[in-house]
Amino acid sequence: MTISTIAANAGDIDRRLLMDRSVPGRKAFTVPESDVSEQALPDAGMLRDDVELPEVSQLEVIRYFSVLSQLNFSIDTNFYPLGSCTMKYNPKINDELSNLPGLADIHPLQPDETVQGAIRLLKNLQDDLGEITGLPGVSLAPLAGAQGEYAGLLITRAYHDARNDSERVVAIVPDSAHGTNPASAAMAGLEVATVRSDDQGNVDVENLRELADSRTAVFMLTIPSTLGLFEPNILEITKIVHDAGGLVYADGANLNALLGIVKLGDLGVDICHSNLHKTFSTPHGGGGPGSGPVMVSDELAKFLPKPVAEKTGDGYVLATPEQSIGPINGFHGSFSIAARAYAYIRALGLEGMQSVSENAVISANYIQARLKDKYDLAADRYCMHETVLSATRQKKRGVAGLDIAKRLLDFGIHAPTMYFPMIVDEALMVEPTESESKETLDHFIAVMRQIDDEIDSAPELVLDAPHDLPVTRLDEATAARKPVLRWTAEE
Amino acid sequence: MHSSVNTSANHPYIPSTDSERAEMLGVIGVDSLDGLLGDIPPEQRHPKLNLAPGLSEQELSAEFGAIAAENASSSSGYISFLGAGSYNHYIPSTVRSILQRGEFVTAYTPYQPEAAQGTLQVAFEFQTVICQLTGMEVANAGMYDGPTAFAEACLMAARVTKRTKIGVLASADSRLPATLLAYSKYQAIEIVSIDSQATEIPDDLACIGIQSPNFFGEIEDVERLTDLAHANGALSVVHVNPIALGLFRPPGDFDVDIVTAEGQPLGVPMAFGGPYVGLFACKKAHVRQVPGRIIGRTIDTKGRTGYALTLQTREQHIRRERATSNICTSTQLIGLMVTVYAATLGKQGIKDLANLCYQKAHYAASEIDRLDGFSVDSTGAYFHEFVITCPDSPSKINAALLDEKIIGGLDISDRSDNGMLVAVTETSSRADIDRFVAALSKIGAAS
Amino acid sequence: MYPEELKYSKEHEWVRMNGNIAEVGVTVFAQESLGDVVFVDLPEAGTEVEQFAKFGEIESVKAVSDLFSPVGGKILEINSEATDRPEAVNEEPYDSGWLIKVEISDTAQLDALMDAATYEATLE
Repeated sequence: MTISTIAANAGDIDRRLLMDRSVPGRKAFTVPESDVSEQALPDAGMLRDDVELPEVSQLEVIRYFSVLSQLNFSIDTNFYPLGSCTMKYNPKINDELSNLPGLADIHPLQPDETVQGAIRLLKNLQDDLGEITGLPGVSLAPLAGAQGEYAGLLITRAYHDARNDSERVVAIVPDSAHGTNPASAAMAGLEVATVRSDDQGNVDVENLRELADSRTAVFMLTIPSTLGLFEPNILEITKIVHDAGGLVYADGANLNALLGIVKLGDLGVDICHSNLHKTFSTPHGGGGPGSGPVMVSDELAKFLPKPVAEKTGDGYVLATPEQSIGPINGFHGSFSIAARAYAYIRALGLEGMQSVSENAVISANYIQARLKDKYDLAADRYCMHETVLSATRQKKRGVAGLDIAKRLLDFGIHAPTMYFPMIVDEALMVEPTESESKETLDHFIAVMRQIDDEIDSAPELVLDAPHDLPVTRLDEATAARKPVLRWTAEE
Repeated sequence: MHSSVNTSANHPYIPSTDSERAEMLGVIGVDSLDGLLGDIPPEQRHPKLNLAPGLSEQELSAEFGAIAAENASSSSGYISFLGAGSYNHYIPSTVRSILQRGEFVTAYTPYQPEAAQGTLQVAFEFQTVICQLTGMEVANAGMYDGPTAFAEACLMAARVTKRTKIGVLASADSRLPATLLAYSKYQAIEIVSIDSQATEIPDDLACIGIQSPNFFGEIEDVERLTDLAHANGALSVVHVNPIALGLFRPPGDFDVDIVTAEGQPLGVPMAFGGPYVGLFACKKAHVRQVPGRIIGRTIDTKGRTGYALTLQTREQHIRRERATSNICTSTQLIGLMVTVYAATLGKQGIKDLANLCYQKAHYAASEIDRLDGFSVDSTGAYFHEFVITCPDSPSKINAALLDEKIIGGLDISDRSDNGMLVAVTETSSRADIDRFVAALSKIGAAS
Repeated sequence: MYPEELKYSKEHEWVRMNGNIAEVGVTVFAQESLGDVVFVDLPEAGTEVEQFAKFGEIESVKAVSDLFSPVGGKILEINSEATDRPEAVNEEPYDSGWLIKVEISDTAQLDALMDAATYEATLE
């Protein structure tokens, strides 16, 4: 089933913007009259004329945004096998509970004694994340994975600065790394050295041994890797880095494969981050908000960004660790996202947590097993929670990974992650998650097989896809050459 | 440590049954999950996890009810005069209603635009709203929060001018330069403080970073400072309050180069500090240096209007270590809330609201100024925040206020002797303000 | 595809000599690999450039590539058509899609470049 048959079949959907629908004098809201004596305004020269904002009725607001929502794919309406994004069910109870009065309406600067419940929630979540990752020092301050990653690198630099080791300015990053890894490293003033992956998608250990030296600050590794594979040589890898005097940072984007299966801290990892909006079910929101807590070993906890929730004799406080890298944003992190993640962990409990990864791994391997006769695998071995297919065979027959992704949309299935990791040709990264039923997996498999057949029997179906959505392929070249980035009045 | 995994646990969030798992394992060709975990060192596999057993939804609700009940807020009968970057504003029903739509809440980042026209058109509207409020030419689709947007703006100014010294007005909220420091510590950037009254500045500044209204609530002379910056080859970066823009002239009037703001006041709950949204707008000429996502309008193969991410080569997923920022996931859903809010308040509403906040704040200030022992320090024009000097330490005053279920203003005695920063919005009724004033009077007399 | 009268660098740039002025652009192979060119970032006229050093960037929707000058010298002129209409680089990479004109300091540099046949062979 495609998205919103109403929208898709309604002929041309009215895509006019709010300013084009505005009629002078209409309003959607009434601000109360002032109940205080009239106060003198500042000098007229400081005051503005009208703000150009829409003038529509309240029903028009509701209808406009409601119809727009129907143009979206979403987890609530579609299967979203996006590798490394962990598009699992976002439990509705979490949205409800995080919006409770007493949680949604507390100010970040209220005295600690007036927000004991909130700080207790943060402390409990810190403890749970520390337990799950095996890295007990936790700060929930980072507002997204990239910020958690950056905080991890600041901690790395603070650690080496405290040891008076100013030579350590290199971050080693695999060639399969997510773009934020080198971007964050550059922001932290680190040079990026790239370590090769071997033909099995593993870190080339000998190459790493050559690269790790007295200039190595940190080795940044995604575990499992961006190919959905677990490093068989992980213990040797972390030892090489430690022997060279560097730290090991794990990008925890793929943590959904590891819950209850292995703790990062047990593998020699010193620092990691997690994405609450991936592994811990908080909603993606169309591009955020997320939360990227950073977890570290005991030795590094003193460098964590502020604030860290702590339990004292009297109660709970928001504290600043003794050698903290300081604040990295305005307040305390994404509190209502943390609240949702905490609700999720409490709802699953120990057995549920272990079940998540078990099912995520089995489902991904099932898809891999049932598609590998038609689609090349990036690496011919069991995967973890995601499988990376390569559309190389399809490319030879005239259809690229991108075309397959667009054709999937016609079946109401969001495309897998495309063209990533960069070391795999025509990559299609598929992550079903544990939320999806076997019927959904079987349907996906059947559709992928059908599309493969269509390449020969009806190639235009694939090349011109999508056909059944509110728009066909968009002219992104013109959008970049002549950017139109806001509404303007027609002349 | 070995612990057995309970494979028959069926949780509402996990549909696969034992027999389905068995069938899948058969197809894969292994006997059990462990057959798939061969790469994981056996000693480290299946560690003991010290997590409590799972709760039913009903039990979970009860636990959260207890957590919420431990916090003081308007829903438990408190009135508050805290501001300093997060403000209590009334959130219209339209915002909460649209947030119920799972198609917005549970959608992914719009990398496949054909499947995300809802998110993309909302983001385009968001960019439009930010431009309209600030008077600037282009805006991005949002950043993490106000302070990180400000930090990114200063770093962008450094890239554009190819200079490394960033000036920040001394009257700014200290969280702004603190966040800038976190973002620039290991890049050869120097941060210097500039006085609001400065008539000269170093000739090698990348920008002057101005907060207006400033930390103390007062309006800065943005026009004069922008001219001063430009005369010295520097850019002007101005961090504003979006509600204040319903009343005061926008920075776009003054040839400002980059504008940032905390978007939280525009329909976003205070929520103990987040998630919020950072607003970011600038001159069109600098668009290729802008961080974060930008949505552009285009057409499809049939000539129909559509929206897509554009200018993506600025971003980390393409440019990697040379990206304008490492930002990936930002705050799209909060941007939706802001957009619905702006559409709901509309042209007249934003003016009325800004005026109402101004009226109540100035009323409160004049009443407090009359009290023995208290004085209002704001000298120039201010919006809805002002500094009062207390007869005793603000922390003592606030402790006494709490006994009356009043959360007082922020203790800023580190920046202003016995200073308290008081914020008043439309959510404070006249009765609330009078109660606050009466309490201050009583506490002041007793001190 | 690869005009005989031009010289080529391994980074997929071409050179057309006119006295000691070198006209520089990217080859058909380069623009095909990039896809639709959306932006060209060129330095100002008067900038000095070294042979094989980076002088700018070229962007398509989904990729960005560095531009390396096949010759060294002073940039006399940049092609405003390419900056105003980047699609010219796709349409006519050897003609209206040229990028910079360089007054070269030393004609011996040209010996380090390939002829059409040699360059085309490297593409296999």
